[in-house]
Amino acid sequence: MTVELISDQGIAPDARHPEESPLAIRGMTVSYGQKPVVFSVDMTVQEGSMTAIIGPNGAGKSTLLKAALGIVTPLAGQAKVFGKPLRSQRHRIAYVPQRASVDWDFPTRVIDVVLMGLYRELGLLRRVRKTHLDKATSCLERVGMADFADRQIGQLSGGQQQRVFLARALAQGADLYLLDEPFAGVDAATEKAIIAVLKGLRADGKTVVAVHHDLATVHEYFDRVFLINTRKVAEGSVAEAFTPDALDRAYGGRLATAQMDRAAS
Amino acid sequence: MSGVEFVPLSLTPLLIGVFSAVACALPGNFLLLRRQALIGDAISHVVLPGIVVAFLVTGVVTAWPTMIGAALASLVAVVMIEAVRRLGRIEPGAAMGLTFTAMFAGGVLLLEQSDTSGVHLDVEHALYGNLEALIWLDAVGWESLLDPVALAGLPDELLRIALTLVAVGVFLWVCWRPLKLSTFDEAFAQTLGMRTSWIGLALVVVAAIAAVAAFDAVGSIIVIAMFICPPAAARLMTNRLEIQITWSVVFAVLSAVLGYILAGYGPLWLGLDNAVSAAGMIATVSGLILAACALWAPCRMRSGAPAQ
Amino acid sequence: MIWDALTLQLGYNATLVTIGACFLGVAAGVTGTFLYLRKRALVSDAISHATLPGVGLAFMAMVALGGDGRNLPGLLFGSAVSAGLGLLCVNWLTRRTRLAEDAAIGAVLSVFFGFGIVLLTVIQNMSAGRAAGLEGFLLGSTAGMLWNDAMVIAGGGVLTLVLVMILRRPMSHVAFDPEFAASSGVNVARIDLAIMGLAMAVTVVGLKIVGLILIVAMLIIPPVTARFWTNRTDLMVLISGTCGGIAAWVGAALSASAPSLPTGPIIVLVSFAMFAVSLFLAPNRGVLAAILRHRRFQRRVHLRQGLLALAQGQPIYEAFTLRLLKRAGLALSDGVATEAGKARAAKALRDEKRWELVRADPLFESAAALYDGLREIETVLTGDQIDEIDNRIGGPKGVMS
Repeated sequence: MTVELISDQGIAPDARHPEESPLAIRGMTVSYGQKPVVFSVDMTVQEGSMTAIIGPNGAGKSTLLKAALGIVTPLAGQAKVFGKPLRSQRHRIAYVPQRASVDWDFPTRVIDVVLMGLYRELGLLRRVRKTHLDKATSCLERVGMADFADRQIGQLSGGQQQRVFLARALAQGADLYLLDEPFAGVDAATEKAIIAVLKGLRADGKTVVAVHHDLATVHEYFDRVFLINTRKVAEGSVAEAFTPDALDRAYGGRLATAQMDRAAS
Repeated sequence: MSGVEFVPLSLTPLLIGVFSAVACALPGNFLLLRRQALIGDAISHVVLPGIVVAFLVTGVVTAWPTMIGAALASLVAVVMIEAVRRLGRIEPGAAMGLTFTAMFAGGVLLLEQSDTSGVHLDVEHALYGNLEALIWLDAVGWESLLDPVALAGLPDELLRIALTLVAVGVFLWVCWRPLKLSTFDEAFAQTLGMRTSWIGLALVVVAAIAAVAAFDAVGSIIVIAMFICPPAAARLMTNRLEIQITWSVVFAVLSAVLGYILAGYGPLWLGLDNAVSAAGMIATVSGLILAACALWAPCRMRSGAPAQ
Repeated sequence: MIWDALTLQLGYNATLVTIGACFLGVAAGVTGTFLYLRKRALVSDAISHATLPGVGLAFMAMVALGGDGRNLPGLLFGSAVSAGLGLLCVNWLTRRTRLAEDAAIGAVLSVFFGFGIVLLTVIQNMSAGRAAGLEGFLLGSTAGMLWNDAMVIAGGGVLTLVLVMILRRPMSHVAFDPEFAASSGVNVARIDLAIMGLAMAVTVVGLKIVGLILIVAMLIIPPVTARFWTNRTDLMVLISGTCGGIAAWVGAALSASAPSLPTGPIIVLVSFAMFAVSLFLAPNRGVLAAILRHRRFQRRVHLRQGLLALAQGQPIYEAFTLRLLKRAGLALSDGVATEAGKARAAKALRDEKRWELVRADPLFESAAALYDGLREIETVLTGDQIDEIDNRIGGPKGVMS
């Protein structure tokens, strides 16, 4: 039995390893307790693309993102950002966490949350000047929330909260945007507003990666997909990787065929 | 009331009470928002074993060994709570309750076993403190505030708690943004490269220093009350952290001043001839302020969904 | 002496206190389990501190009515009333304001306790010279206890235990799955109230023995200890009750056997010792077992990833992986597979493919549920099933390690 015999059985070795990829993950394994949630995953994000990370519940989508950002410690594997270790590249990353991960009863205003995105400029003690405020306000304008700047964050709807989070990421002025379920539980108007902003970012040459769960909108929103179910299932452009066969493997046959056909058509 | 009576007998206890209350209330704001309000409770309990061990090691009950012992004990407690929580996968409340009761029990046992008859060291003192006894004997009136000889006779506790208050204030001022950011959104703070666990530990250490310095003067009962009641009442007054901090300072000062006056003069007004515990009264007043805020404050109801 | 104490041969009072403490310990362990499972362990802290003003007020009331202020049943009644009031305050603050439960607990415990201290100083002034001895409620004191008091404690311990036993079943239901309990007709709010009421009863009865600061430990430590040994609610109740009973028995007996051994702290420390042993040595959830398991797991993950990399001709990124492969004789230092390594790698890759099919096929759903990325496929499928899958994959058959 030789190795060559095996390697043409369908698992193609990852061919491209561009050194300058905005996000390159190699051999990433993360486990909670004794169960790996992400196992030996490789991922190469293409610059200037909009990539959806797709997979069933509990497939490790968010965990992969968090491990790449160093929020959770992987058991094995590494992530490189623009070809360099994460630590030296943090300023080029903007992150939008899941909306449900924070306490919205926190005593603060919308504008203060957006100013958090300017932490790198402000540092510990620098005063907030008019230029900072103008920048934060313009980010709020881009997501259509400028009128809410002085609101307490607890008074916002779910969609508005998500837009504020996006505005904070915009304020970071990054090259790579990582979003965890940006469309979860938001209204249709917010979804439209968010996708318009993200497409604007791509038009400016930025790279966007989002954990996504609505298969029906993949074609419309994204140009690349990354299918995961603990292991990597498929990666590539929507046309080549978002196939019924790949979805079947990612969702383990639990997806109704009709839904899949609609999604992949 | 004339300065001749007020300055020597009431000015220093009052100032010490106010400084202690504010020094505890300031970090208390962040502990409250981080759902760690009961850390103050745990710290104030483990102070007892700390001072008992310090006494057994050094043989004296003087300020510095006592404070160092207490500070070390709170550090041990914090580390132990984290260890029990993580290693044993025990929910934080239970880990906390388990740690501080066990350490407190150890302290009481050591105290009973050792010969402390010759020194002033007992559990009740640790609980109530002796705020009323911190008088300024060298003072003869307001003019003593300008008299270097009299000033040299100020109680040491006043200087210590004043320095602690300054240190706590400086810490909050310098670390304001990281504290606020990591309290609100820890994951986001981590993507900025912040060591959020170190920030959390620093906050707890600062809280422990405030607790120990205040404990030295006023006993542990005020410490717990001031960590929680003024910040909790302040949270019900506003939806902005900056304003919440201001309110918490106002409430802490109010509790200390009103509590001290009520404890000292209240019983006289009622026709009793002895004062009651100032520490207990300050805690009681802070509770009344919280109750009033819970009933009538403008932002007492929750507006956002709680975190999941 | 210690043996005499453990076998109840130190006189009536000591015996009554030991028996009472033991019953109380069992009741506390059982009640505490439900508190712990409802994630409200520290509510007991608020309850216990809130007893103090009740003790003070009851004393003052009894003196004002011309009775003996130190009448134990009277003091315990007072403490129960104020503990109940404290509990109501915690509930009201959490429900009616935006404050979280921990803040409500802290506020109630500090304010009630502070007010209690104020009352104690008032009492000291009232009865100058004739010390009321109420400080004994802070840390407990069984020295110089009257026979009547010992009877109250023994009786209270028995009564609490009986109540706990009667309510055991509905409390288990609520602690295990409140929603299911509600759907099957259990009044969850009322049972929660009963749990709190029992915690209060334990606190009040324990006041005189262990004192209000340490009674919390009797409600918290035994359940945490029990949690290390079982995942089942009923067993946890049993173990926790046993631990609580043993700690209280040994503690009360030890303290009766020698001077300068206060009952409360000894009970707590015995209890804590049992916890510490469980934390490190418990077979499944213990720290030692967890460390060993994690290291084994990490090695398996790295080995598996290394084999897959070998099979697909990819470089091995991590030094640790390579070291493991080398030690197992599967690869050389430069990352090239040995013959044995090639065979194992081939098998690993083959298993990957098999698993992928198993997980995609609803027919194998029960097997797929066992998937964790490392499990050997032979452990979940029969030889025939593997053959069938290999048929579907095509290519060479019978690849076994």
